[in-house]
Amino acid sequence: MLLAVIANRAAMALVTLAGVAVVVFILLRVVPGDPVAMMISPGASAADIAALKAHYGLDAPLLVQFGIWTKGIVEGDFGTSITLHRHVTSVLADRLPATIELAVMALFVAVTLGGGIAIVGTLLRRTPGEAVIDGLNSVMLAVPDFIWALALVLLFAVALPVLPLTGQIDPALAEGFSTRFYLTESVLTGRFAVAGNILSHMIMPTLALALPLAAVIVRLLKQSLKEAMLQDYVLLARIKGFGELRLVLQEALRNAIGPTLALTGVQFTFLIGGTVIVERIFAYPGIGNLAIDAIINRDFPLIQGLVLLFGLIFILINIGIDLTVAALKPRLRHA
Amino acid sequence: MTAPKTMPRLAIEDLSAISLRDGNRPILRRVSLDVGLGEVHGLVGESGAGKSTIAKAILGIIPSQVRIAGGKIGFEGRDLLTLSGSALRAVLGRDIALVPQDPTTALNPSRRIDAQMTDGLRLKRGLSAKEARLRAHSLLEEVQIRDPDRVLASYPHQLSGGMRQRVLIAAAFGLEPKLVIADEPTTALDVTVQKQILRLIRALQERHGTSVLFVSHDLGVVAKICDRVTVLYMGKVVEQGATAAVLAAPRHAYTKALLAANPRYDRPDTGLEPTPPEVITALRAEIAAFDAGSGEARDG
Repeated sequence: MLLAVIANRAAMALVTLAGVAVVVFILLRVVPGDPVAMMISPGASAADIAALKAHYGLDAPLLVQFGIWTKGIVEGDFGTSITLHRHVTSVLADRLPATIELAVMALFVAVTLGGGIAIVGTLLRRTPGEAVIDGLNSVMLAVPDFIWALALVLLFAVALPVLPLTGQIDPALAEGFSTRFYLTESVLTGRFAVAGNILSHMIMPTLALALPLAAVIVRLLKQSLKEAMLQDYVLLARIKGFGELRLVLQEALRNAIGPTLALTGVQFTFLIGGTVIVERIFAYPGIGNLAIDAIINRDFPLIQGLVLLFGLIFILINIGIDLTVAALKPRLRHA
Repeated sequence: MTAPKTMPRLAIEDLSAISLRDGNRPILRRVSLDVGLGEVHGLVGESGAGKSTIAKAILGIIPSQVRIAGGKIGFEGRDLLTLSGSALRAVLGRDIALVPQDPTTALNPSRRIDAQMTDGLRLKRGLSAKEARLRAHSLLEEVQIRDPDRVLASYPHQLSGGMRQRVLIAAAFGLEPKLVIADEPTTALDVTVQKQILRLIRALQERHGTSVLFVSHDLGVVAKICDRVTVLYMGKVVEQGATAAVLAAPRHAYTKALLAANPRYDRPDTGLEPTPPEVITALRAEIAAFDAGSGEARDG
């Protein structure tokens, strides 16, 4: 059953990606601005412009251009970046690890923080402590990631200058890596001073991305937990003499977590979207930051590659969430 | 018929409770009842009579809109109503256990039966994981489940209602408590399963010498299983005594009416009589007089 679900989702993913490819390809060529206009100096002759357009294949009919691009994709060639003069795949491979590390870190912080606060709030239900948590949470729900980013900059880089403002790693330390997963690699190879330096760079962008998601998790999980705590099986466990924390963790959490997991999946895709602006603010070298450069330069092949990559990430996240929810719900597994 | 011998297992004295939501309406009116060692005591009444409030008071799970206004719940020489949260938690699960009303909602849907049966044994009886598992296995055999291994490995939704209730009964008696509260344990089951479950509770109770407070709205069920019975109406005890005596010669008009309201399978032409209005009127007058009297007593 599980395999059938995965196959089904994979097929749907291909259709979705094909749709995304068509839309981004057409959109880029319909909106004003093209890469040739961005790179050529003012006063260039019409002949020069035409020659350049021909060089990049931009003079061909739309359908032909699309055909060339998709044929390349099928062969594993996503084209060459116009501004960076490198294969799109190699540019993305260089930049993606930094974003993966940042997003996973942010997800981990959001789930830990949001889950922890939701559990504490459940333990404190019907006390003033719950009102405090609810009040703060309402404020956190209203603040978007880029506002957090600016607030964090003011706090930790201006008022209390304790954290590095930009980048992923101190350039002097960025040597001797065999992969681009700097944080993972430095931890695995035991270079903890380097890992600490990377983490200090990641704290602010991570928090900016994680706090809005944590707020959503607190709101939903706490509500689900409170409902689950009223169930008969929790009452029966209470009558076995189990303490509150055990009731929440052992009896309520697994039954309450479904909606939160599903929503976390959706919100995680927003978090990935948020990396575009947050990476820009902190000059963090991931694909989000790259996307802004690519768009400013109208680097068509790179933009197309990036959009497909974002689409693929979103689809993988959703499949992952579906599988997790199914794994946690025995009723679904046996249905 | 085992009448209470020395000190009763559970001694409820003058228990009173009011509903805070409903203008301090009394829901228990100085209820006193004893459950003797090894006795099955039936607590009967229509819905709203206060049966489940008594059960919840014993278990320390009184809802927030209900307040205990007076009385004692004596258990092993202590008043359960005055115990601290942790002291009560120590008693619950070890000395007092519950067989719940609805087996479909009383088991956690995302935990295997194994885990749900062994967690109490490990926490309250100090068994190792392996010992608890063996104990759960033999408990399931004791409640006549044919393939305990399959049941232990199952999730609740894979079992029938009757099976689930057997599991819950096994879990409750398996903790070897001194007192089991059975809260309408057969109400959610169909009639054929009801009989087996009643027989099972009685057998386990006799084998382990457990005292049982058996809460029910059904005098027919109570007649099958209980040594003594307490009949409640609007939170007041209207009749109390040995089951056979009460059923044979009810002293109170309300008990007679309850008996008449019970379907008789042996005499399908009789029974199912509604409570006559004059009985209700008389009862309400009695309760009003009781409220006025106890008010004066409190003032004086």
